[in-house]
Amino acid sequence: MFLEQLINGITLGSIYSIVALGYTLVFGVLGIINMAHGEIFMFGAFVGLLIVSKAGAPLPVAFLGAIVVTASMGLLLERFALRPLRTRPGASHLASLISTIGVSILLENLAHKIFGSGNHLFETPFAEISFKIGPVTVYLVQVLILLISLLLMAGLALWLSRTRAGKALRATAENLETAGLLGVDTNRMITATVVIASAMGGVAGVLVGMAFNYINNQIGLSMGLKGLAIIIFGGMGSVYGAMAGGLILGLSETFVVAYGSSGYRDAIAFVAIIVILLIRPQGLFGQAPAEARR
Amino acid sequence: MKRKERLFAVLACALFAFVFMGAEKANKAAKPKGEPIRAKIGVISIITGAGASYGEAITNGFKLALDEVNAKGDVNIDLKIEDSTGKAEQALSAAQKLINSDQVVAILGPTLSTEMKVVAPEANASGVPIMGTSTTAQGITQIGKFVFRNSLPESQAIPASVGKAVKKYNIKKVALLYGNDDVFTKSGFDTMKEVAEKLKLKIVTIETFQKGQADYKAQLTKIASLKPDAVFCSALYNEGGVILAQARKMGLKVPFVGGNGFNSPKVIEIAQEAAEGLIVATPWFGEKNDPKVRAFVAKYEKAYGKKPDQFAAQAYDAFHIMANALKAAGSADRSKLRDALAATRNFQGVLGEFSFDAERDVVMAPNVLIVKGGKFTLFN
Repeated sequence: MFLEQLINGITLGSIYSIVALGYTLVFGVLGIINMAHGEIFMFGAFVGLLIVSKAGAPLPVAFLGAIVVTASMGLLLERFALRPLRTRPGASHLASLISTIGVSILLENLAHKIFGSGNHLFETPFAEISFKIGPVTVYLVQVLILLISLLLMAGLALWLSRTRAGKALRATAENLETAGLLGVDTNRMITATVVIASAMGGVAGVLVGMAFNYINNQIGLSMGLKGLAIIIFGGMGSVYGAMAGGLILGLSETFVVAYGSSGYRDAIAFVAIIVILLIRPQGLFGQAPAEARR
Repeated sequence: MKRKERLFAVLACALFAFVFMGAEKANKAAKPKGEPIRAKIGVISIITGAGASYGEAITNGFKLALDEVNAKGDVNIDLKIEDSTGKAEQALSAAQKLINSDQVVAILGPTLSTEMKVVAPEANASGVPIMGTSTTAQGITQIGKFVFRNSLPESQAIPASVGKAVKKYNIKKVALLYGNDDVFTKSGFDTMKEVAEKLKLKIVTIETFQKGQADYKAQLTKIASLKPDAVFCSALYNEGGVILAQARKMGLKVPFVGGNGFNSPKVIEIAQEAAEGLIVATPWFGEKNDPKVRAFVAKYEKAYGKKPDQFAAQAYDAFHIMANALKAAGSADRSKLRDALAATRNFQGVLGEFSFDAERDVVMAPNVLIVKGGKFTLFN
């Protein structure tokens, strides 16, 4: 049972990680929490479902479709919910938090209108492929989810630290005005960040559909809350923190159920987060605030 | 356009109902017919949020019955529908609005037992009859003499299904699984545990989950490793369907006995083949060979494009019980209506023969069903 539960935990944790990566990227650059991320993720899942189950197209098309839709949602989000508030002098930083909450409510209800309430079966032959290692059945989907989350993390880390665009992004994160004065097109960088984060949400959505076979218009909320907890726990804005935090939360939730009582699932997972935050208030991989950002 | 079509469908149904009931009405027409009794009835249901699919079925059931009742002409009811979003505080403010500003004569709803426990004391104190159509937890109608329900409590349904399953499959060891964040699923679990102990079954583990959870693999892996003879699962169909699918996929093939919330064609729609062998006890059986049931199913399907579930059927009957009581009361008076409701005996609805007991709770016989060949069939 241990190995099976370990696989369950890693699968859940990897999905948490990908959701958290989307949050952490936007927070790292804009210093705001994008509350609509969970709902964008949910739309990604539904687009994947429509393509795979309803149109019967192969999986790569589903990923592509989900990425296209969620990326354009990210673009619209940035254009209409974030930029107008950023360019206006005197707008509080909380204003964008509230506007993203507004977008999340809008999207949740829109999904209800379009797709209806209740669970939808996410059917794909790929999700049925499994192999046995000793007595343990492993589904190929579970391996794929771990691989995609590791790839996304590595790709993101490399992109941020090694490429010119990544450098510009970090400069924008450091100081918006200075970066702008030095010739960085900050608006473009911010748009790119929100679009990339949203596209990652879309990927995570399709993965969730494949892993759990079901999606509904509420998954954005529950996964979103977990994602938020993870970035606080892993360190705000840290890519590795999101990855490690996601895996730790996924594994601890699973093992609390396996060897303890499922009634304490969330309680113990969150107590663990509180304890770590008491020891490292900046989060696992967060940097101590040496100088004030603003 | 869609709206228009639906309206047309509803109108067509109402007309159909009118013609259909013509024969029955002919002998009553001898009595001089005065003005119909006009009444405003409030509905509190989940229109948006996590439980919206239940609210949808319930309000559809009400609307179908409303058209029939108004077409018949003895009473003329005006429905005021309010959204509770599944939250007790929202349900309470909806109730206050209905009682004080809309001045309704009675309330149907709210959807969840959790909401009912907050709303019913308020309605009772204001002297407004309130009838739950989907509230099956214990101690609902005991709140006060204005509180009714027509939803079979699980304390009556579960012993029937568990008893039959234990006998048929020779069950000795069971695992219990339930949603611990809802009064409904929790009270179902309490009954299951009680029944299991009474039948001297060994409970190997008790696992919980929360509403809207997507991943049940941790709990199910643990249950599978303990090798029970059956799983007793208290869940609503949304979670229940997913639990079944994930359980079967990981090789947990033992019989599942579900609570009342499992009884919906949607379980099969969600879980598909994985739903095979699920056992439930239920007041509502849509395949029953009864002209009343068949007519209701056909009408509902025509109006809403899907088969009615238990929630729609209970709402439909509740509305007719209310309309009958209103007619018996003779006027839209809250306390007269209460007395007429409390006197309801042997009402013939789509759920079968229905009466209120002395505590305004349900008296009726449940059907035990098993999923076989992709649909619910009678379990013997």
